[in-house]
Amino acid sequence: MPQVSMTVNGRAVSGEVEGRTLLVEFLREGLRLTGTHVGCDTSQCGACAVHVDGKLVKACTAFAAELDGAEVTTIEGMAGADGSLSAVQQAFQDYHGLQCGFCTPGMVMAGAALLEENPRPSEADVRQYLEGNICRCTGYHNIVKAIMAASGQEVEPVAAE
Amino acid sequence: MPKDTGIGASTKRREDVRFLTGKGRYTDDIDVRGQAHVVFLRSDVAHARIGGIDTSEAEAMPGVIRVFTGRDFEGVGGLPCGWQITDRHGQPMQEPAHPVLAQGKVRHVGDPIAAVVAETRQQARDAAEAIMPDLEELPAVIDMKAALAEDAPKVHDDLTSNLCYDWGFVEENKAATDEAFAEAAHVTTLELVNNRLIANPMEPRVAVGDFNAATGDHTLYTTSQNPHVIRLLMGAFVLGIPEHKLRVVAPDVGGGFGTKIFHYAEEAFCTFAAKALGRPVKWTSSRSEAFMSDAHGRDHVTKIELALDAQNNFTALRTETYANMGAYLSTFAPSVPTWLHGTLMAGNYRTPLVYVNVKAVFTNTVPVDAYRGAGRPEATFQLERVIDLAARELGVDPIALRRQNFITEFPYQTPVAVEYDTGDYEGTMKVLEEKADLAGFAARRKESEAKGKMRGLGVNCYIEACGIAPSKLVGQLGARAGLYESATVRVNATGGITVMTGSHSHGQGHETSFAQVVADMIGLPEDMVEIEHGDTANTPMGMGTYGSRSLAVGGSAMVRATEKIVAKAKKIAAHLMEASEGDIELKDGTFTVAGTDKEVAWGDVTLAAYVPHNYPLEEIEPGLEETAFYDPNNFTYPAGAYACEVEVDPETGQVTVERFTAADDFGNVVNPMIVEGQVHGGLAQGIGQALLESCAYDEEGQLLSASYMDYAMPRAHDLPMFTVDSSSRTPCTHNPLGVKGCGEAGAIGSPPSVVNAVIDALHSGGHRVGHIDMPLTPARVWAAMNGAVPNMGAAQPAARTDATTEARSVGGPATRT
Amino acid sequence: MYAFDIERPTSLADAKALLAGEAQALGGGQTLIPTLKQRLADPGTLVCLSGIAEMKGVTSGPDGVAIGGGTTHAEAAEGLKDAIPGLAYLASRIGDPAVRNRGTIGGSLANDDPSACWPAGALGLGATIVTDAREIAADDFFQGMFTTALEDGEIVTAVRFPVPEASAYSKMIQPASRFPLVAAFVARFPDGVRVAITGASEDGVFRWREAEGALSADFSPEVVTGQPEGPMIADLHGTADYRRHLCAVMTRRAVRAALDGTGGLSSAGA
Repeated sequence: MPQVSMTVNGRAVSGEVEGRTLLVEFLREGLRLTGTHVGCDTSQCGACAVHVDGKLVKACTAFAAELDGAEVTTIEGMAGADGSLSAVQQAFQDYHGLQCGFCTPGMVMAGAALLEENPRPSEADVRQYLEGNICRCTGYHNIVKAIMAASGQEVEPVAAE
Repeated sequence: MPKDTGIGASTKRREDVRFLTGKGRYTDDIDVRGQAHVVFLRSDVAHARIGGIDTSEAEAMPGVIRVFTGRDFEGVGGLPCGWQITDRHGQPMQEPAHPVLAQGKVRHVGDPIAAVVAETRQQARDAAEAIMPDLEELPAVIDMKAALAEDAPKVHDDLTSNLCYDWGFVEENKAATDEAFAEAAHVTTLELVNNRLIANPMEPRVAVGDFNAATGDHTLYTTSQNPHVIRLLMGAFVLGIPEHKLRVVAPDVGGGFGTKIFHYAEEAFCTFAAKALGRPVKWTSSRSEAFMSDAHGRDHVTKIELALDAQNNFTALRTETYANMGAYLSTFAPSVPTWLHGTLMAGNYRTPLVYVNVKAVFTNTVPVDAYRGAGRPEATFQLERVIDLAARELGVDPIALRRQNFITEFPYQTPVAVEYDTGDYEGTMKVLEEKADLAGFAARRKESEAKGKMRGLGVNCYIEACGIAPSKLVGQLGARAGLYESATVRVNATGGITVMTGSHSHGQGHETSFAQVVADMIGLPEDMVEIEHGDTANTPMGMGTYGSRSLAVGGSAMVRATEKIVAKAKKIAAHLMEASEGDIELKDGTFTVAGTDKEVAWGDVTLAAYVPHNYPLEEIEPGLEETAFYDPNNFTYPAGAYACEVEVDPETGQVTVERFTAADDFGNVVNPMIVEGQVHGGLAQGIGQALLESCAYDEEGQLLSASYMDYAMPRAHDLPMFTVDSSSRTPCTHNPLGVKGCGEAGAIGSPPSVVNAVIDALHSGGHRVGHIDMPLTPARVWAAMNGAVPNMGAAQPAARTDATTEARSVGGPATRT
Repeated sequence: MYAFDIERPTSLADAKALLAGEAQALGGGQTLIPTLKQRLADPGTLVCLSGIAEMKGVTSGPDGVAIGGGTTHAEAAEGLKDAIPGLAYLASRIGDPAVRNRGTIGGSLANDDPSACWPAGALGLGATIVTDAREIAADDFFQGMFTTALEDGEIVTAVRFPVPEASAYSKMIQPASRFPLVAAFVARFPDGVRVAITGASEDGVFRWREAEGALSADFSPEVVTGQPEGPMIADLHGTADYRRHLCAVMTRRAVRAALDGTGGLSSAGA
């Protein structure tokens, strides 16, 4: 069985995997990092999205064995060491960008990847960038708002009495 | 100044932090020490007789612990149906057995034939492939009307036909309704399909069964909206486990939308097998498996007729609906096309006579049950479409026609049994006109036309019955359960509060909004209140979350329990301050004696309750913990008016939603931010139904839309920013919070306005199209523009082709290698 | 998935040796992995091409642009921006961002899905597909749905694209799978115009010769009339008639985009 070593959320990890072990299985079952979710089996929902060497990747559509030496960041690695939320995470809470929370890790990872590539995206840019992430709860409205707010742009405030 | 705490504040959700940091605990995150894994072998044909099942090769494979078949479940109860319908002739519905694993026949693609328990999931799957069932394929019935033909193959050999029931409502109104049609000045008739959908919560279902042989205790971890209901149904009807020996835990659940209400075979299997094997047993559904094993939604074929007099007043409404039950009766399936549908056919209008006929039909398809809205979207869609068509036929403004027929006086007794307690349909319509800037539509249409696009405006109203439900009433209607809710409020010695509720939160934000209510009632910071739910071991008997009921029913139980707490705390405070109980006031977490400067803090009272040194022990018990059960005495009736503006590309038929505005009346609102979020999500699902989503079978019963390759989920760029407003408020008159429920409104209210808008756009471009069945895909709209009749009024099979993208693109490379 | 061994060669020579047996090449895996998950393939050994540096990157030269077979869609989109904006647009809208970060041009061409984007770009530009053994003209490479001129074990190491005067890609997206329902790539060269259509034909990507003729005479959208012949794909998302109709619509839109220099456009929702 192949041996893989990678850096996950800044920590060096290694282990034996089968050829068919997916990155998401290595994370969830091997490392018990269960924040990365599996929502489909045809590589379409994006719930499993993580960053591999800084790029957005579906952890359900890459083999762990292919990623020897890679730097992987999962949702568990997004907050600061002191527990403070990243700008994208905080905006998701501030603007109610999540409901059931299941797609949320993928959405946060996608949002963060977008802002790396495009620090001031338009609404259309955000919507297009999320084309590989499905949310069934929010209608995307507040996800889009949250990502735009995280980029420092003005958005409508949340509803209030 | 916006409220920043308590009822009415947009408090940020406390549950978000764990979800945003990957620390949620969903069922698939739970691994019980020593667990084995089960994989189900599911039927790949729609209908077949099982000759025999050769499991010998599978049993010999590495890691296999045991292979189960239907034979292992002989003598075990079948999955129960929770609602009995009585038909037009006073007879009970036909109710087939629903075994945990198929016995004798398989009846839909996905029906479980056998279950392999092995050390790993991969080993179980390897072995499942090695099972050789001897299946004698039988002709399948997929089309509902064909299923009712005299010589149709029967889904269940022991039933007299494929007709589950033929329901008439209100049967006594039938003759008068027919008479009103005979006398009508105008009758508008429309045949339409309410497309079959798959709920698709992003978290697939999971079940983990565990058994402690030493104590005889069973535990089931499951992705459920209502763990108590699962405990009752599975314990009492399937496996014969008394409730005190069965714990059901539904931890963080990744969305439900109805499809996680029901008791499923996999839950019973894992619980059963854990005891049989002395090992915890885990099942995790793949998405592909979910498509053929989660209950589906909608799937009605309807003919609706509206009668009007010469002044355009609605005089009567008559409908005939075929409702697909699928191959078995899922938990609440029979109630959806009947009591959750027929009772809403009056809509927001004063139609004096309504007659609804529903024929529920068994077919060789996945069972159909409640999906967000459940029956009410089907009622709203047909009613609001036929009104739009009537307006077009009569050449009158569709909003004016609705207005003219609005119910304006409350309470209002409809001709379909329910009594609306309160409402203001003109009020929401006025909000809609303003927020949607309907006055500006003509100018926007010109702009679209300048770009070569057709623009349309669609408006509709909706009403729903939520806050399910008065137990006495639903008992008379055939429900085999009560529909109250419960709450225990436990005040701790140092003043913090734990609320245990039977309502389950799987996206609705109860942990935040329920805490707002209790904190507000006592005047405490919200973080002094914790909400616990989802575990039958530490919450009182509850009925769970569906039908937009959590705040209206569960919240009311919580209010009642908190009222008991406050009453008792006042007694303690009176004792501490040596005052009369009647003079005690509670404000901002402090007890005062009216007319004096005496006061005692909340924490002093709670401490006294648990350290009763100075305490009226002769009058009241120590401690501060109260439970309340709340059973509503009516449904709640959220209502509203929605407007959709679309552009249609005349060359491709592509529809884009340019603007969507929702004006809702939810009564009082606890957390406006969460309420808006609920509406957004409902709108996305309703727009998804109207434009994208279709669960399609071919004529042999193969599920064509069997993955996200072919089932189109709405994505971010399929939707616009929404304008939602719930400022028009007529508080519910019969629950203590005055709330009505907001979870389903968006999904109920949005499909008709989308379709109305597309039809309006097509007319503006000279295409005199009467109706197009959902989803209004580009191909269907283009066909309609070009004179074709795309699937209009046709029953299943929804598809006229057996080809899919998945089969081609994912299956393609494999066929080469 | 069935069990398999995975090999991770770092040179083309090693990869070739490993593929000599029953092994199957793994590019970015964005189609192959879902296929393996459904147990529709049982390769025994997968030879992972992503570690081969010599198969990566975009280089521009006087003869055009060469893209390594192991280059991801995202890298290709970036590298093509200035040289061939129409092709850059095509690459920038394949699948979704995560797919574009893993999926490769070589994998896509070797797979030859009848609804894939790259085959339209390769055929529309008259690319040369370079393998470890030979060079194949795009016109000879695509031989029907999922069928190419590649021999077993032959690896697409690079693709060479001539630089057109103008080009653009227009696609109608199938909203579930995100593949094109129908898409057209149009490229204008000094000696004529090429039009390649994907997503439509049961024979896979094809050149629409009638449209090419008309556009070579007059490169304007209005001249694209009529419909291509041949058997069209019919599925849940569109009838054969609808797809045939879309061929002309997408071609006209691609021509317009080529004239405007916008690179292309995709149908989207709101």
